Amino acid sequence: MSVGRAVRRGLAVIGILILLLIAIVVGTWIWAMNYPREATIEPTPATLSILAGPIADGPQAALLRRGRYLAVAGDCVSCHTRKGGAPFAGGLGLGTPFGLIYAPNITGDPETGIGNWTPDQFYRALTRGVDDEGHRLYPAFPYPWFTRISRADSDAILAWLKTVPAVRYMAPGNRLPFPADIRLSIAAWDGMFFRPGRFVADPKQSPDWNRGAYYVNGLGHCGACHTPLNLAGAARNDRFLQGSNLNQWVAPDLTGNERTGLGRWSVDELVEYLRTGRNAHANASGPMAEVVAYSTSFLSDADLRAAAIYLKSLKPSPDTAAAAPDPAAMRRGAGIFSDACASCHLADGSGQPRLFPPLPGSAVAQQRDPTGLLHLILAGGRTAPTPTRPAPLTMPSFAWKLSDQEAADVATYLRNSWGNRAAPVSASDAAHLRKALRLTAPLAIERNQGPNR
Amino acid sequence: MAMREKPVDVVLVGFGWTGAIMAQQLCDAGMNVLALERAAARDTPVNWAPTFDQDELRYRWRDHLFQNVAYSTLTFRNNADQQALPMRKLGAFLPGTGVGGAGIHWNAQIWRFLPSDFKTRSHNRQRYGAAAVADLSVQDWPVAYEDLEPYYTMFDKLCGVSGKAGNLKGAIQPGGNPFEGARSEDYPTPPLPMTYAPTLFAQAAESMGYHPFPHPAGNLSQAYTNPLGMQLGKCTFCGFCEKFGCGNYSKASPQTTIIPYVLQKANFELRTDCDVLKVERTADGRQATGVTYVDSNGTEHFQPAGIVILTAFQLHNVHLLLLSGIGKPYDPRTGEGVVGKNYCYQTMGSVDVFFEDKLLNPFIGAGSLASVIDNYNGDNFDHGGLGFIGGAYIAALVTGARPIEMTRVPDGVPKWGLEWKQAAAHYFLRNFSLSVHGSNYAQAGNYLDLDPIYRDHFGRPMLRMTFDFTPNDLKMSAYVTDKAAEVARRMGASSVHPKPRKGPFDITPYQTTHTVGGTMMGDNPTDSVVNRYSQSWDVPNLFVTGAGLFPQNAGYNPTGTVAALAYMTADAIKSRYIKAPGPLVQA
Repeated sequence: MSVGRAVRRGLAVIGILILLLIAIVVGTWIWAMNYPREATIEPTPATLSILAGPIADGPQAALLRRGRYLAVAGDCVSCHTRKGGAPFAGGLGLGTPFGLIYAPNITGDPETGIGNWTPDQFYRALTRGVDDEGHRLYPAFPYPWFTRISRADSDAILAWLKTVPAVRYMAPGNRLPFPADIRLSIAAWDGMFFRPGRFVADPKQSPDWNRGAYYVNGLGHCGACHTPLNLAGAARNDRFLQGSNLNQWVAPDLTGNERTGLGRWSVDELVEYLRTGRNAHANASGPMAEVVAYSTSFLSDADLRAAAIYLKSLKPSPDTAAAAPDPAAMRRGAGIFSDACASCHLADGSGQPRLFPPLPGSAVAQQRDPTGLLHLILAGGRTAPTPTRPAPLTMPSFAWKLSDQEAADVATYLRNSWGNRAAPVSASDAAHLRKALRLTAPLAIERNQGPNR
Repeated sequence: MAMREKPVDVVLVGFGWTGAIMAQQLCDAGMNVLALERAAARDTPVNWAPTFDQDELRYRWRDHLFQNVAYSTLTFRNNADQQALPMRKLGAFLPGTGVGGAGIHWNAQIWRFLPSDFKTRSHNRQRYGAAAVADLSVQDWPVAYEDLEPYYTMFDKLCGVSGKAGNLKGAIQPGGNPFEGARSEDYPTPPLPMTYAPTLFAQAAESMGYHPFPHPAGNLSQAYTNPLGMQLGKCTFCGFCEKFGCGNYSKASPQTTIIPYVLQKANFELRTDCDVLKVERTADGRQATGVTYVDSNGTEHFQPAGIVILTAFQLHNVHLLLLSGIGKPYDPRTGEGVVGKNYCYQTMGSVDVFFEDKLLNPFIGAGSLASVIDNYNGDNFDHGGLGFIGGAYIAALVTGARPIEMTRVPDGVPKWGLEWKQAAAHYFLRNFSLSVHGSNYAQAGNYLDLDPIYRDHFGRPMLRMTFDFTPNDLKMSAYVTDKAAEVARRMGASSVHPKPRKGPFDITPYQTTHTVGGTMMGDNPTDSVVNRYSQSWDVPNLFVTGAGLFPQNAGYNPTGTVAALAYMTADAIKSRYIKAPGPLVQA
């Protein structure tokens, strides 16, 4: 082997290593992306009238109605609206360990929005992650899923977005450190992980299944939250829709797993959940409440049913072995449950379906990762208000009342009672989440040790 | 100079039960509605979450959900010979403040008045002669039970009321109240399950030939979704309804039945911390132009509106009319004028009941958990020779056993010390109290007007209350409380302590928040403030809701009737007024 070849090979190895490093840095950033704190699950009347108000009849009406329906299906408004800001005008900051990235204005304003974008440019942005000026977009924008969107759907969305009340607003510049601030680094990431493509129907499956797959894996971008990411922040196809940690929440398993996934849900129940934010098994809270409130509650029954049929076809994720819980923790947890939880979820945990979710069989309780359950216990939760079920039912925060050990104990109890089975939860999990959510420390209450003397 | 706001179709003054009902009804009819609420926005997770809701000291004794008398109060006297003084601490009644109003801390006892209650003067006059009503200023209502029935049913469905019909379309139903007016439908949800004390009471009452039935309850027996899609849960009998918010979404309130629904509407707006000072009118005084309000910064605003609806608590509605100079204030010396006339209350008696051999566990309670007999209410019994009219329901009502308020001991036990402690501990689980919830009939000397001396922090004259119980009502309370005590003795109680209401009216101990009258409805402008559609006789684009509409008070909790009247008013505005604005009844 000549020296030249060795040097070339060495350089190639170094080059690959550098690329890998960049990809990992970008990936870590995506992987650690926080659910935006400023978001709100209650759409304002002004937003609701844009998402669901009447569209005047006219030559373009059919196209605009279709475009709006698709934009709602893609839940564009959730990320492209900052708290208190005009719908679609952008400015919502997505938190990362390295800084903030801001969703841009996608109203029809020609200078700060997308008023001047051509259908070609918009289609390229959706499906290739490249903006009107040719800059690569950060994969916080879900183009790895949107790449399956059809050209006709893309054109309809753009046509409607241009009719949204145009707002002149420039989102703040992204604050990211080197090398993530170099958009070229995304090219490296794209090269390694992004597979541009279009949706190809599976002729062996029903039209409904295919329609569901197009929505779930395209506009719906369910996998953006529900598929775990590898070290470089790319979706792990080997664990497709098997649930993922969103830092302070968990996007649950959507496969047919009977404990952690949708195995016990019927198609009808899944449709009801997406339509109303609640069903016999669970209430949508946290990020999913927002998805329901801004998006799925407005979709047609046919589309929700198609999505449900597709999701119900997913092979169950493998069960993982769970260590048996400590009997002492279970005893403590039972006491806390009876004191703190039973007033709504009832003494036997059966709850009041659609109001206070039943706990036996609960997938939220049995996720491999207890973060979502702990989040609900410590910070509380608010169920999505929807047009058909406007009650924003809440679970109160217990952070002020339960210590880290108590929160962990009651979580362990919920995960291992009534036939539930999942790994025990540790006080350090609760402590970590309490800190991340900036929640209060529990009040120091002197426990009554016995009868007064 | 007040800031001029953008005009709206309708401005609501106050955002409790009737404000929420009006908002929903009128927004759904396409009108632009603005609600002005003097105090803060409130909701379950923030203000009465189940993690901290059962705090008697905070809520009951430190008035956490009630009107703040340091901000807004009234002056009181028993009669015109006394000097009225400001009420500096809440006592007899507990008006609410903030979004949801008193609809947050109520017991959710949802009643309909008897058909005869709407004809208090003519019915009693006909049956017992002119002398029976001679000393009273009672009046017939301009509406009949049958007029309100559909609206009562709407409210039942809104709240998902739990109960058992006693009269379905004229057919008497076993297990319900046989005296009630005909219902078009049964209750939306079945009755609450009865605990021990109401069960014993029902058995005793039945053995005496009475007709016990489960109390109609807005604390629900099962989960319920109302016609607006709002969801209520099953009550878990925590015993903290009365004077508390419900953390479990199981008590009907504006928040649990309506408000999130209207907040989704683009044609609805709620402004909190906006206290309305006055209804403004055109130069000739014949039309309301809007209202003037003050925000939390002290800035004055003028809010133009096509229709003004006073949806605040009864006392505030009367006060606002008087301050705005709308309608002729009542003058007890001449008997002329109508605003403030026929102020009435509720004549509350009780019977404390103690057992030696039975553990009643009264801490298992709910605001409307009761077995009731209605045999001595209204004109359900012959008053011949009794010397009074009206009546009361008798309820074995177990709202809970809050330790500060409800630690009862038999009469004769010292008020403190070892003996009291022993009796309190011994009887805590062995007692309950029968509620004798009586009518209160109007008399010329009971009224509301503007105080000539005391002014509020805006510099406006305070509302002055002149009130005492009438001989009629005291006789009624003595009679029915006695009947209640007989049932208690039949229950096998070891000691029974009847406490009929005695005069004079004392504003300091809690009795009930059922203050009514002062903006009463009637058939003509000489004896009423508003017509049967709650529309001002003087200013046709001004409507008034609430218990102020009652010409006198029946022996039931008022909210069911308050809500039914609000629905009837909303219906009249939607179906008639907006098509042809003007008086809905020709004077």
